[in-house]
Amino acid sequence: MEFADISPKLTVLVYGLVAFAVIVGGLLLLLDVVPTYFARRRERLLIAVAAGDAPAPPPGRLQKPREFGYAIFFLLPVVVLVLIGLVVPVIRTLLLSLKSGDGSEWVGLDNYGWMFSNGDILGVLWNSLLWVVLVPLVATSVGLLYAVMVDKARLESVAKSLIFLPMAISFVGASIIWRFVYAYRGEEQDQIGLLNQIIVWLGGTPQQWLLESPLNTLLLIVVMVWIQAGFAMVILSAAIKAIPGDIVEAARLDGVTAWQMFWRITLPSIRPAMIVVIVAITVATMKIFDIVRTMTNGNYDTNVIALEMYNQAFRYQETGQGSALAVFLFILVIPIVFFQIRNLRRQREG
Amino acid sequence: MAVFPRRRQAIVIATVVGLALSATACGDGDDSDSGSNGSSAECSAFEKYNGNDGKKVKIYASIRDTEADLLEQSWKQFSDCTGIEIDYEGSGEFEAQLQVLVDGGNAPDIAFIPQPGLLGTFAKAGKLKPAPADTKASAEANYPADWLKYGTVDGTFYGAPLGSNVKSFVWYSPKTFQEKGYTIPKTWDELMTLSNKIADGGEKPWCAGIESGDATGWPATDWLEDLMLRTQTPETYDQWVTHQIPFNDPKVADALNKAGEILKNEKFVNGGFGGVKSISTTAFQEGGLPILENKCALHRQASFYANQWPQGTKVAEDGDVFAFYFPAVDPTKGEPVLAAGEFTAAFADRPEVQAVQNYLATPEYANSRAKLGNWVSGSRGADINNFANPIDKLSVQILQDQSKVLRFDGSDLMPSAVGAGTLWKGMVEWINGKDTASVLSGVESSWK
Repeated sequence: MEFADISPKLTVLVYGLVAFAVIVGGLLLLLDVVPTYFARRRERLLIAVAAGDAPAPPPGRLQKPREFGYAIFFLLPVVVLVLIGLVVPVIRTLLLSLKSGDGSEWVGLDNYGWMFSNGDILGVLWNSLLWVVLVPLVATSVGLLYAVMVDKARLESVAKSLIFLPMAISFVGASIIWRFVYAYRGEEQDQIGLLNQIIVWLGGTPQQWLLESPLNTLLLIVVMVWIQAGFAMVILSAAIKAIPGDIVEAARLDGVTAWQMFWRITLPSIRPAMIVVIVAITVATMKIFDIVRTMTNGNYDTNVIALEMYNQAFRYQETGQGSALAVFLFILVIPIVFFQIRNLRRQREG
Repeated sequence: MAVFPRRRQAIVIATVVGLALSATACGDGDDSDSGSNGSSAECSAFEKYNGNDGKKVKIYASIRDTEADLLEQSWKQFSDCTGIEIDYEGSGEFEAQLQVLVDGGNAPDIAFIPQPGLLGTFAKAGKLKPAPADTKASAEANYPADWLKYGTVDGTFYGAPLGSNVKSFVWYSPKTFQEKGYTIPKTWDELMTLSNKIADGGEKPWCAGIESGDATGWPATDWLEDLMLRTQTPETYDQWVTHQIPFNDPKVADALNKAGEILKNEKFVNGGFGGVKSISTTAFQEGGLPILENKCALHRQASFYANQWPQGTKVAEDGDVFAFYFPAVDPTKGEPVLAAGEFTAAFADRPEVQAVQNYLATPEYANSRAKLGNWVSGSRGADINNFANPIDKLSVQILQDQSKVLRFDGSDLMPSAVGAGTLWKGMVEWINGKDTASVLSGVESSWK
């Protein structure tokens, strides 16, 4: 690629940076200039009142509309963007799910009926269930165990960085790495996949790991756990360190074993953090697309809802069926979000 | 709230203004080379496209990498002489993305669509503009009527053929054949005898790979179509691709089972890679490479596979690799040829877009592209001597041969939901062990 090819893109990049600086800088300037202007005006008015030149303004009248004005000024762009980018598409998807494949006629709940009666799609739903149950559980457990073990150990920060590193790469990057790990070559040839090479060293025959269902789904889940365990560990580690020292000391004085310490002291104390982690990982798992698509493209019974929804809507041009899957996914996520909001409210009050 | 000191404010404003000015300065750089330099003698051939100086035409296709570079080179002279700037973009997700672009109101001006089924979808939705009269005339003069049917929807002609490829080839190593005394089989029975002979010698005669990312499974559909053409009549093939017979018709099952005699035969596949199931995880680009290492002898793949051999491989009748025509079951009943290609469809009818369309349909363009190599055209006006590559020459010969029965790739003719969707997945499941009947029924139920 020559510079001539990328210079238009560099130009657009500079335009973007300029726009960002202008808009955000402008907002900040406004935030700074406007209140000070009004504050100074009020000061002058009060000085004038004190000097007897002008009548006293009724108290408090100036404050409320101003604050409401500020609130509207900052909320309005966000509300507009959320409306356009979130609310309208949700409504449109809902409507599309009630129409036929090319969006021309209303078919009511036919698409939902198809979803629950079609064997392939039921398989997709089961796979997604497997993901949603296993990934948060395993990732949180791994993160928690790791956090407990390296807590106050030597080389703690190095150990933590190691498990956190996978979060730095994209899901697709991780998928490609693990695809090579699971790669297969015939028995007589040299293996290029780590897993098969280990099996060969131990005297076994290489397998095509990604072809055997349901083992392949479990192997894909390993990739997601590998990525998310670092996230779980970081949050839980911070929560563990935040446990008040006196509780721990009191427990030690009472003579607890490590096991009891873990179950009776540590876990209950970090419950809010655990909930946050589990909810975050669950929502991320429900949306899983990249890992499945990069490693198996949904073949060999590894398909999940998000990938099937994409295939139906964009590759098979069955927007009705794809939208029905999307709505189903949306409905599944709602209880989790409600739970999270209720949890946050309770924390704020408590 | 902290108040910014005046000096910091000034610095911020100065930086922003500086960035804005430099952006304007950089931005002006890329508009300086439009405008035609078209008054020299070599541009006289492009005179009839004049009058569109400085206009832009956006082309979108699935051709990428070196082949895309060759494409851009092939119309460079046209672009320089007429002043029409052709903005080409190639994408690996062409089929899915084109639908998104068109739906979003952002359709390209021209798209090279390899699936007549997809072209039909857009035409029926009213998104395509009918081909201009010149394009239609060029196409009618240079291609057999059968070929033009694929670009015609409800009587209106939309897309002229651009490049083509021949799919009924079996790649082999002439050196190995000579060493071991194998002869090129001329019938299906001879092919099976040869395969058995090699298998009895302890080696796997065939290698194959159908993995292709999003499109995994497509090479197996070529096998199915080639066998359909060889076990049934061309009329049955036409009925099959237009859904006049169900997808799980016994005739189709016969064809698929015959393909299975090779593809699902553990004795025959997958040379150099493993067993039958390794076919679905082997990339199609690597599928034939074991031929070079003598780990397999035969690889059924289209003419464009010539681009996949490593640098320095001699692709010629006396070279490292070459291809022979995939034999018919009964040559006396005719030799069917499975072929494919792209069609130039337009979403706009501005004069400059029509000029580009007209140019791309002419034999002059075909020859200009042919000279750059690695391309096949079915155009009668293409001079066979312009095709340097022996496999391209062989392909053009077959395409221009009026006696062969030419049929277009079936999965490209079916609606994209089937041909580029459920059929691909069905083939992957078939290779992975599912039985013929279930696979075909699955595809049939998805074809509404």
